[in-house]
Amino acid sequence: MLTFTLRRLFLMVPTLLVIALAIFLLLELSPGDPMSQLPLSIPEDVREGLRAALGLGDPWYVRFLRWLYLFAVVEPSHMLAAATGLDNLAIEGPRLISFQTRSPVADLIMQRLPQTLWVVGLSYLVGTLLALPIGIYSAYRQYGWFDQFGVLISMAGFSLPSFFTGPVLILVFSIWLGWFPTVYDTMLTVSDWSSFWLQVRQMILPVAVLSLLNLAQISRFVRASVLDNLGQDYVRTARAKGMTERVVLLVHVLRNSMIPVVTVIALGFPTVFTGAIITEQLFRVNGIGQLLITSIYASDVPTVMTLSVIFAALVVFFNLVADVLYGLLDPRIRYD
Amino acid sequence: MTDMTQDLTFAARSQWWDVWEQFKTHRGALFGMIVFATILAVCFIGPLIWPVDASTVNIGARNQGMSLAHPFGTDQLGRDLFARLMMGGRISLVVGSAAMILSIVIGTAVGMISGFFRLVDGVLMRLTDLFLALPLLPLLLVLSMLFRDPLSAVFGVELGTLLLIVAAISLTSWMGTARVVRSDVLTLKEREFVLAARSIGVPTWRIMPRHILPNVLSSIMVSATLMMATAIMTESALSFLGLGFPPEFATWGRLVSDGIDYLQDYPGRAILPGFLISLTVLSINYIGDGLRDALDPRIRGH
Repeated sequence: MLTFTLRRLFLMVPTLLVIALAIFLLLELSPGDPMSQLPLSIPEDVREGLRAALGLGDPWYVRFLRWLYLFAVVEPSHMLAAATGLDNLAIEGPRLISFQTRSPVADLIMQRLPQTLWVVGLSYLVGTLLALPIGIYSAYRQYGWFDQFGVLISMAGFSLPSFFTGPVLILVFSIWLGWFPTVYDTMLTVSDWSSFWLQVRQMILPVAVLSLLNLAQISRFVRASVLDNLGQDYVRTARAKGMTERVVLLVHVLRNSMIPVVTVIALGFPTVFTGAIITEQLFRVNGIGQLLITSIYASDVPTVMTLSVIFAALVVFFNLVADVLYGLLDPRIRYD
Repeated sequence: MTDMTQDLTFAARSQWWDVWEQFKTHRGALFGMIVFATILAVCFIGPLIWPVDASTVNIGARNQGMSLAHPFGTDQLGRDLFARLMMGGRISLVVGSAAMILSIVIGTAVGMISGFFRLVDGVLMRLTDLFLALPLLPLLLVLSMLFRDPLSAVFGVELGTLLLIVAAISLTSWMGTARVVRSDVLTLKEREFVLAARSIGVPTWRIMPRHILPNVLSSIMVSATLMMATAIMTESALSFLGLGFPPEFATWGRLVSDGIDYLQDYPGRAILPGFLISLTVLSINYIGDGLRDALDPRIRGH
């Protein structure tokens, strides 16, 4: 198990390098010019100087290696320094600078991360917690009215895009009923109960939109997995031994059916980050997704590059986590 | 004698007839098919009956409610919303089906080749993993930023954007099909009928289309319906983010994003196109669900 994990961790490095190179070359082809935002009155030689200052004059492989060095060595050292308070850990010299804001990309990400983590993380939690009982009960009473309803809900969750459910929820709860604000106010600091209540209220709608999607996917998996297990011999044995239905379902069946579900939850983790782009745009949450989209509009290559590689790294990493969890939870599966 | 022949002809039913029989029993799928056919008919035949131009600006008639002249009202520039919805539907459905076909073709080809030829299997599967790890929406956004202008210059704005979006969506969505097809091919190629075909000297390039492909067709079809639903969703998401078709093409996603600014006063403008996207995707998903059941011989006949 350990060798498998180590081997896969080791394999992550070349995979991510190839992905980073692919994204870099793709951005290289981009016709967008970071200089296009500057006033036209700037003379050509100054413009060239600015390009050189941004490091745009070098050949592509030099720039890729420099990006790689900044991304993998310099920025982590600064994060480590900020986390431990030991300033001498940070490597001196240039940092990975965003074209758009002229501040380090790492700082931008650290600014945006809390909002995304709160909204997206909470919605993933809510979706998963709701999906478990719904999926279990749907499977237990297969084809019952609750199951039919659950199937409808998960079908709807699959089919309704967030840019449809979002406006509907805004229309009903913000405009008609006036219960929640339409726009997420990130300047709000939670200091007392009333501001905490405001924070909760502004988070309800985006969290609801995102939870529906997670709920749909995970509850389907839970249902299928519990159904698979309910037909197994050990369930009959447990019932024959006189276990109560409660014990059979919640101890025997549940533990076994959680194996594939846990891996699905792990696999879904990174997609939530990219999936939040639209919801963040809708509710004006200035999270990571919104940072990415504004950077794409502004041809801010370093930020787009860094974010895409981080997304890819998350996908690769959680793939590994899912595989390892699968091996740990299911004794029938051994990788070595 | 005549009776017997009659019995025989009656018993002769094709596989697809069985599939249809089973499909009919799935209420959701049948309902989905009717809804989808209606949407198709309205979007493609509707303009013949309702020949109002979708992009004619009429400031005098802006922001109108529902009326006989404009069944769904007009937008902030006085353009007829019904005509715009039909136009958006045409674009979404064309993009969805084209992207679905291309993605299925790529996925099937990669899956068949890597399932059949051990030599390239490793390389192709690593490639599939790589594509699965690429962040999709950012990649799509970057692709559409990159190639929009060059393609528009060569093929014209409409066809260029269409090609771009179809290519971008299918290039980022073929991996699921490839994996399903590969696993099917891996089990099929060890089966007796393939061995029989080999033993009478059928070359590999004839075995693949003649003996393997018909047997993976059911997985491909289910995959195709799901793909079409995803493609329509992705196209709408791109349009919603303003990176799909240019503003003069009223796709459903763009209609939603335009309508959101007027959500307070004219909620229908964002809700209607959003509802149509959801309805289309929902009906396709139900069709896929029914197809999955109908194509599975273990369920069929129960």
